[in-house]
Amino acid sequence: MKDSIQISKISKRYRIGVKEEMHDSLIGKITSFVMSPFNNFRRVQKLSKFNGLSGGEDIIWALKDISLNIKPGEIVGIIGRNGAGKSTLLKILSRIVEPTGGSAIINGRVASLLEVGTGFHKELSGRENIYLNGTILGMKKDEINDKFDKIVEFSEIGKFIDTPVKRYSSGMYVRLAFAVAAHLEPEILIVDEVLAVGDAAFQKKCLGKMSETAQAGRTVLFVSHNMHTIQNLCNRVILLEEGEVIMDGNTHKVVSNYLKPIQENTIEGESDLRNWPGSRKSPGKIRAAYLRTLDKNGNTCSTFNIHDPITLELEIENISKNGFVVSFLINDNQGTLVYQVRSQDSPIDTEHVSSSVTVQMTISELKVAEKQYTVDVWVGNHFDKMEDFVESAIAFDVINVGHSKLGLRSVIHETGKWEIT
Amino acid sequence: MNRKPTLPVYQVVIKPKTGWQLIDWKEIKEYKDLIYFLILRDVKSLYKQTVLGFSWAILRPFLKMIVFSVIFGGIAKIPSDGIPYPLFSYAGLVAWEYFANSLKRSSGSLISGSGIFTKVYFPRLILPIVPCIASLVDFVIALSIVFIMMFIYGYVISWTILYIPILVLLMLLTASGLGMWLSALAIQYRDVPYGVEFLVQLLMYAAPVIFPVSWLPESLKLYLGIYPMYGVIEGFRSAILHQTPMPWDLIGIGAVSAIIMLFAGAYYFKKKERIFSDVA
Repeated sequence: MKDSIQISKISKRYRIGVKEEMHDSLIGKITSFVMSPFNNFRRVQKLSKFNGLSGGEDIIWALKDISLNIKPGEIVGIIGRNGAGKSTLLKILSRIVEPTGGSAIINGRVASLLEVGTGFHKELSGRENIYLNGTILGMKKDEINDKFDKIVEFSEIGKFIDTPVKRYSSGMYVRLAFAVAAHLEPEILIVDEVLAVGDAAFQKKCLGKMSETAQAGRTVLFVSHNMHTIQNLCNRVILLEEGEVIMDGNTHKVVSNYLKPIQENTIEGESDLRNWPGSRKSPGKIRAAYLRTLDKNGNTCSTFNIHDPITLELEIENISKNGFVVSFLINDNQGTLVYQVRSQDSPIDTEHVSSSVTVQMTISELKVAEKQYTVDVWVGNHFDKMEDFVESAIAFDVINVGHSKLGLRSVIHETGKWEIT
Repeated sequence: MNRKPTLPVYQVVIKPKTGWQLIDWKEIKEYKDLIYFLILRDVKSLYKQTVLGFSWAILRPFLKMIVFSVIFGGIAKIPSDGIPYPLFSYAGLVAWEYFANSLKRSSGSLISGSGIFTKVYFPRLILPIVPCIASLVDFVIALSIVFIMMFIYGYVISWTILYIPILVLLMLLTASGLGMWLSALAIQYRDVPYGVEFLVQLLMYAAPVIFPVSWLPESLKLYLGIYPMYGVIEGFRSAILHQTPMPWDLIGIGAVSAIIMLFAGAYYFKKKERIFSDVA
C-alpha cells in the first residue's frame, strides 16, 4: 500500500522582524522620518525576498531537511518545544505555506484543522456557519446536508441554530465549531493543538470522536503539548527540535525521551542548571545555577502531599554585582500556569548581594490537584529585564494521601474553613 | 461505518513552485461549493444589523445622482446627450457603483480573508473573485430603480437591455483583474487599501459618469476606450435609454484591455501566491 504522506527533505526558511534603528539626535530623527518610506519599503519587500542562501541574521530555518514516511491508518503525534517547527510542518502539509526546499507527496484527501471555526462569520446564524465552515474545511454541500442533523446534535446548540453566532456564549461557539470539524471524513486529518479550548467534558467527546476516526483507518497527524492526549491517541510519535527530527517511533519511548532532559539533570528534587541541555533563553550576567525542591524539613524531595508546603531553593551566579529579581512559574502537565511567584512581590532585599547567592521561596500549602508539575525559572536584573529563563527546570509530583479523591475535579483543592451554627 | 476504500485519487505533490500555471479551472470547479457559500456570506452579511438593509444599494447611487444633478447638471451645465440629467447620471452611476464596490472589496479581499487562507488550503484566486460576483446583488437592486425612473421620464424599455449582461461581464473581468493584482499587492504592502480609496475617486471622474463621451474630442475617443468603463458606461446608457448608438468600438477596445488586465492580474497573483501566508 502506498504511503499516505511521503516527505523528503522539506525545509522552510522564515524572515523574522528586522531590527529598528534608534536615533538620539533631532537631526537623526528628522532624517529617519523623511527616509522612513524608503526604509519601510525595503523592510516590507524583504519579507518575501531572500538574498543568497545563508541570508542575514534575521533569517531562521524553521525546518531543516525533514524526511518522513507515514503509512495509511497511522496516528502520528508530533511533539517538541515551542519553535521546534511543529506548526510549520503542519502548515506545509496543509499547503498553506510553501516549503523553501524539498518535496512531499500526499496520497488522499486532506483536511487540516489548524484552528476551530475557521471562517466563522459572527453576523451569520449557526446554520449558515455550519455550511460556510464546512465547505472551507473541504466538505461538499451535499455532504453537509447529509450530516447536518448529526452536527447540530453533536454541538448541543439545539434551538439556537438560527441565531447569529455573535449572540452565542464562547462555549457554544467552540462547540459548534468542533461539531463541524468532528464530522470531517478525509483520508488524512491534520490537527494542530485545537483541543486546548472547550470544557473538559466536551474535550473528551472530541477525543472520543477522534479515536473513532482513527479506528476507521484514517491517517491522523496531531500536534500537541499535552503528553497525556498524545499517549492516549497516538501509536507513533515524532520529536522535533530546532527544525529537525530528533526521534521517531514508539509513543512511550519518544515521550519519555522528550521528558528526559528534566529527568536526567534532576535527581530526586535537585537540578543542576549550569550545563542545562533543555530549553533556555538568553543566559546573561545573572544566571540560575542550581535548583532544589525541599520539603518542610529542608530535605530535597520530589513528591509532595497535596496540603504540604514546598520550598524552591535557587542558587544564583551574579557577575553583574547588581540587584536581581526571580520568578518561579509552576505549570501542570497540561501546560496550565498554576503558580507565578515573584520576588518583586515580597519584601526581601535583592539589591546588595554577593556574586553567589541562594534564594528560598516557600508555598505554605500546595493545594493543587494530583499531577506532575514543572517549574520554569525566570531571572531578571533590577530593571526587570530578562537575564535567564530556564523552562521545565525541575519537576515534582503532587499526590493526595489521606483525603478522599472521590469526585475531586478542581485544579485547586481547597479544604475551606467550615462552620455549622 | 461503511467506508469507501482509500483510493489514491487525490494525490498532491508539495514542492517549491518554479513554473506557473495561470488558472487551474479544474481545481476551481472542485471548490464551487466554497465559492457559493463565500458569495452567500458576502451577500448576507453586508447589510446585517442595518435599518435600511438592501435599500442602501439603491440609496448610495441615488443620493449621488441628486448631488451630481444639482452640481454638474444644474450649475455646471454639463451636457447629457439630450437625456434628462438625473436619468443620465443615475444610469451611469448604477454601473459605476458596481465597478467601484467590486474593486474596493476585491482589492481588500486577501487582507480580510487572511484568517481563512492562513489556516486552510483552497485556491486563493477565489478570494478576489468572490466580491466581484457578490456585488452583482447590489447592482441588480440599484438597476431596478432605473426602470422606474425611465417610466417617470417617459422612456420605453427596448430589447437592447439584453446587451447588459455583456457589459456586466466586461466590468466583472476588469474589476477582478485589477482586484487580483491589487489584493496581491495589498497583502504585503498595507498602503494599498488607502491608495485604492483615492484611486476609485479618481477613476470615477475619469469615467463618463458625469459627462457623455460625445463631450470629449473625437480624436481621443479610441485611446480612452482602453479604460473599459468608457465602453461599459456609454454602452449601458445606450442599452437602456437607446438615445445613442451602441459604442461597439469602445466596447471592443475595452474588452481587449480588460482581458489583458485579467491575465496580467492573474499572473501577478499566481506569482505572489506562494508568499501570501508568509507575509500576511
